[in-house]
Amino acid sequence: MPRFAVIASLAAVCAACASDPVAPDAVPAKASVDPALIARGAELAAIGNCQACHTAEGGRSFAGGRPLETPFGTFYGTNITPDPDTGIGRWSEDAFKRALREGVDREGRHLYPAFPYEYYTRLTDEDIRALYAYIATREPVREPNRPHELHAPFNMRALVGSWKALYFERGVFQPDPARSAQWNRGAYLVNGLGHCGACHTPRNFLGGEKKEELFNGGVAEGWHGPALNARSPAPVPWTAEQLFKYLRSGLDDVHAIAAGPMEPVVRNLARAPEEDVRAMATYLEALAGPPSAERRKKADAALAQATSAARANGGGAEVYAGTCAVCHDRGREAGSGGALPLALGTAMTIPTSSNLLRITLEGIAPPEGEPGRAMPGFADALTDGQVKDLAAYIRSEFGGAAAWSDVADELKKIREERK
Amino acid sequence: MISLNVNGKAEELDADPATPLLYVLRDQLRLNGAKFGCGLGQCGACTVLVDGRAVFSCVTPISTLAGRRITTLEGLGTPDKPGRVQRAFIAEQAAQCGYCIPGMIMQAQALLERTPHPSAAEIRKHMSGNLCRCGTHMRILRAVERASREP
Amino acid sequence: MNPRGARPMNRRSFIARSGALVVSFSLLPHLAGAQAGKLPGSLNNEPMLDAWIRVGADGRITVFTGKAELGQGIKTALIQVAAEELLVEPSRIELVTADTARTPDEQYTAGSQSMQESGTAILHAAAQTRALLADLAAKRLGVPAERLTIRDGTVNGVAYGELVAGQALHVRAQPQSPLRDPAVRTVMGKPLARVDIPAKLTGQVIYVQDLRLPGMVHARVLRPPGYGARLRALDTAAVTSMPGVVKVVRDGNFVAVVAEREFQAIAAMRALAKAAQWDERTKLPDSKQIHELLPTLPSQNTVIHDNGKSGTGPGLIEADYRRPYQMHASIGPSCAVGLYRDETLTLWTHSQGVYPLRGAIAEMTVMPKERVRCIHMEGAGCYGHNAADDAAADAALVARALPGRPVRVQWMREDEHGWEPYGPAMLSKARGHVSAEGKVEDFQYEVWSNTHSTRPGPAGYLAPAWHLEKPFTPPPPRAIPQPTGGGDRNAIPLYKFANSRVVHHFVTEMPLRVSALRALGAYMNIFSIESFMDELAAAAHADPVEFRLRHLEDPRAQAVVRTAAERFGWPAWKKQPGRGRGFAFARYKNLAAYTAIACEVDVDRDSGRVRVGRVVAANDSGDIVNPDGIVNQIEGGIVQSLSWTLHEAVSFDRTRITSRDWGGYPILRFPDLPESVEVHLINRPGQPFLGTGEAAQGPTAAALANAIADATGTRMRELPFTAARVRQALGA
Repeated sequence: MPRFAVIASLAAVCAACASDPVAPDAVPAKASVDPALIARGAELAAIGNCQACHTAEGGRSFAGGRPLETPFGTFYGTNITPDPDTGIGRWSEDAFKRALREGVDREGRHLYPAFPYEYYTRLTDEDIRALYAYIATREPVREPNRPHELHAPFNMRALVGSWKALYFERGVFQPDPARSAQWNRGAYLVNGLGHCGACHTPRNFLGGEKKEELFNGGVAEGWHGPALNARSPAPVPWTAEQLFKYLRSGLDDVHAIAAGPMEPVVRNLARAPEEDVRAMATYLEALAGPPSAERRKKADAALAQATSAARANGGGAEVYAGTCAVCHDRGREAGSGGALPLALGTAMTIPTSSNLLRITLEGIAPPEGEPGRAMPGFADALTDGQVKDLAAYIRSEFGGAAAWSDVADELKKIREERK
Repeated sequence: MISLNVNGKAEELDADPATPLLYVLRDQLRLNGAKFGCGLGQCGACTVLVDGRAVFSCVTPISTLAGRRITTLEGLGTPDKPGRVQRAFIAEQAAQCGYCIPGMIMQAQALLERTPHPSAAEIRKHMSGNLCRCGTHMRILRAVERASREP
Repeated sequence: MNPRGARPMNRRSFIARSGALVVSFSLLPHLAGAQAGKLPGSLNNEPMLDAWIRVGADGRITVFTGKAELGQGIKTALIQVAAEELLVEPSRIELVTADTARTPDEQYTAGSQSMQESGTAILHAAAQTRALLADLAAKRLGVPAERLTIRDGTVNGVAYGELVAGQALHVRAQPQSPLRDPAVRTVMGKPLARVDIPAKLTGQVIYVQDLRLPGMVHARVLRPPGYGARLRALDTAAVTSMPGVVKVVRDGNFVAVVAEREFQAIAAMRALAKAAQWDERTKLPDSKQIHELLPTLPSQNTVIHDNGKSGTGPGLIEADYRRPYQMHASIGPSCAVGLYRDETLTLWTHSQGVYPLRGAIAEMTVMPKERVRCIHMEGAGCYGHNAADDAAADAALVARALPGRPVRVQWMREDEHGWEPYGPAMLSKARGHVSAEGKVEDFQYEVWSNTHSTRPGPAGYLAPAWHLEKPFTPPPPRAIPQPTGGGDRNAIPLYKFANSRVVHHFVTEMPLRVSALRALGAYMNIFSIESFMDELAAAAHADPVEFRLRHLEDPRAQAVVRTAAERFGWPAWKKQPGRGRGFAFARYKNLAAYTAIACEVDVDRDSGRVRVGRVVAANDSGDIVNPDGIVNQIEGGIVQSLSWTLHEAVSFDRTRITSRDWGGYPILRFPDLPESVEVHLINRPGQPFLGTGEAAQGPTAAALANAIADATGTRMRELPFTAARVRQALGA
């Protein structure tokens, strides 16, 4: 059946799925809220990466306006400061809780799942209370929400009801008594507030999680979120310690430098409690499982390749030698200049060329004024032909895998976005 | 031998194809405009135009430049006949030590070629890849605005 | 720039050959503020200076200064001074800057002193030259000197060149200078376009980085990975056969590679880096504990100010302030060109002090000073003692190993970031209280700092000299005495307090290499004291501007404070959530330029990001020569200080410096700029020049801290105010 027909029929069935409004109620005054609860909420908000989607570039925190590109159109993060007219200044804790648990706003309208309530539904009452205490006591900012720009038929909000019926499972996280407390804590954070699956689990054409493919690798704003389970494309298997370091700093010398949508995630996790991030790392290590002998062998080969110079052959090799090798081949020693040896990175081994192309074209920039690894973008320096040659060379030399078939399409897409 | 088109002139060069353009410009073509600042594409002191776009010449190997149009600071004007952006920078006295300014001028030139009348915010954003250490930024912004007003 | 004059020559022989009219000083010109027996500025160091000004028979006017253009615009200002008193168009004057063979020894171009020292000397020299020309014309034309008309390089229509033709006069200057009445000036006090800018903006050969001599080769130095690292093994065989490689030069731990082309030298240096095996020894301190460490290190403790009965009353308010190591971080890595020929060594360098450098190079290479010539050529802005002298030492060492070939050495970015001498980490403690009348009753201040000058002079202050087979070691540091001070610069408040006491703890052990960074200790001390003034004002329930005026007696200090406050619109300013305003004032070194700054900020509590809005400054640099030059310096100082104050800290682990590029040491970029920067000047025609270059650094930092405190109710006392630190300070 054509996609639109499915959607249209679902819409007809579930057109009126909205809920009742929650009565408007002023948010509590900051002075009346326990500061410890607010502080706890701040830590949770960091794990939830709330600021990233609810803050425009250069804008006030939580005042909304950041665009989120999806296959369904562009969503704009909403103003969640406690401004009564443009923010959530009239939301009671119950209204807030309902939004997180059920994906319904105070007025009773469905929220688009770009707001990841499919994960937040797993939050405990206690954590929701802390989050509310924090969000509701921010500086109110008067900033009207920018309407989403969605393709038809997704601009019909009622469709969200159908979507929920198909894909949304309500319910608080249930710990696994067979597992350690730390694992359970990690599972709760990764699958709840951290909403890691939003980018690391594949979705179907309606944006529903493919439940049988949890953490097999997903998509986020044109980037590929690599698999976090046994299918992990990392040349060197992650340890919990390395994951912890990466999640806190965005950097691990034998794995990755955070880029794209992962960059604000790690920046926020740097503010989260250490034990929570350790728990996430523990869970993620277990999720991938112990590496096989074959994987270990591959890892050793990758580590060896990381310290040797790349072979030079073909047009892509020439581009690599003059453009990339300066930093990546030598590793440029420890310290702030160190670039990741490409044999260790996942952008080379994932099924799509999107991440490599985006990093090549756009570079990596630490947040304004903060130290970090910096790489220039080559969008204007390299022609399309050179980028394709380079990608082909890097894929084969460092990814050690069959050529990507999507390079031309991905490149065209990124060039279009940059116009 | 690699053939490069620099400031409208064909140049035949004998150099390792992996050599970044910056060193060929300075060492072999004796052009001083592009400066070595970091060699990492982080500061913009080496900015030149390739096919009208701003490019960091310190990380752009000459092997990638065959058949493309390279413009350096020298291609915009001379002391006797400075180009539009150079004139605007002189008029605003937008330099202290001046080491970063050639890169700033090239970056501004790239902006104005695509966006003849940029807003103040667009200028700030566009210039963000170029570093200045003397703190001449406010004058640089004024110079780019001035250049955008002049024919 | 003419690089041909590579053969060292002595300044006297140069003068002797040049003939024509030469003005030299032996006596004190009549200068405002000069003390009897003490010659003003540079003249005091070089009382027998042979030549400041030469008028050629061909009509050319050459002015000599021992100071160097660092991007601060000094060339233009000195030309204006000379042109004003000589009554010629500025374009007619050729200015020769720091060159050990041609110009006076004015030591370092530093401390915002070029106008006081060189500017004052040239002002008087030019005035006396004009008088001498008038005398020559009077004799020749038979007209009394006072009835002559001097205009545009002529006296009664006779050109200066014609007047001096055939004359070989060596004239000693008189104690009195017939300075022009400031009211009739035509060049001084008026904006003049910088003479160096057009060439810089069109790619002419300006910087030492641009210098190409016939037969020149390129060198790169293999820097150790950290202080005190020693080469265990280095196989250079593979490198010597790389394309273009001319030579590998090794002397102990000093290793350089020379190649025909620059990129070949870089490739060879990288190959050397791969081949080198180092023993790394030095243990750096814990970077997070540096301010706890500083007061425990050996120090010389001096009470530099003691007034009344300070310390006897209760210290009601107490505050500690911290500053990390910060970099000069020049945009252009340091560079030098050296040529060793006929047993003489010529160095083209962007050093701030060609004469002291010459001494250091002579000591390091065991050559007589007379056989070394240092010629200043511009580099990228340095803002103090960066790696310029070290690069010159590299060039000297490599050139000596390759006689007859000019050698150009440029540092790599990671070398500049990792090896330059930083501005020292500092700690300060302030205590004080206000009286019932709202005045400061007691003020106690202590500051801990390493030295702020390890400039050559001694060869032991050149980093490459540490790595030689027979290494030089840095001599023990010495404090720069008051009244200018080093780490204690501006540690004594200019304010009138009932009781006050200031102690300088000069910390002699140096965990990291440090030296002079623009404003030295004044940046930190003004940040501390002006922050504390706001804390005291709050205790007195007083407006910060009014509170400062209450304690200032100097009318010029009051004038800049009032001007900045008025132009900012201080009294009418409206408070908004998340927005604050801040004010600060200082007289640099307590004896130079006066600067007051008001600014406003927006602070986003949840990200900790500080956005700077309007910045308004008022400055009194004394007698203004080039107003736009001063505005440019103050604007630049403000923006640079905002960068230091918001973002900058050197990072290091226990063996190495880890901030080695612009990613690891971010500085301010365009999106972080203030909304606007306004500078208002107060001119004092006829008063001494006070200099400008470093005047804005301290007040900017304090005004920003005060504005953040006003916006958030939380005071930031540790530099820099990164988003993470502000967010943490504010809490949830």
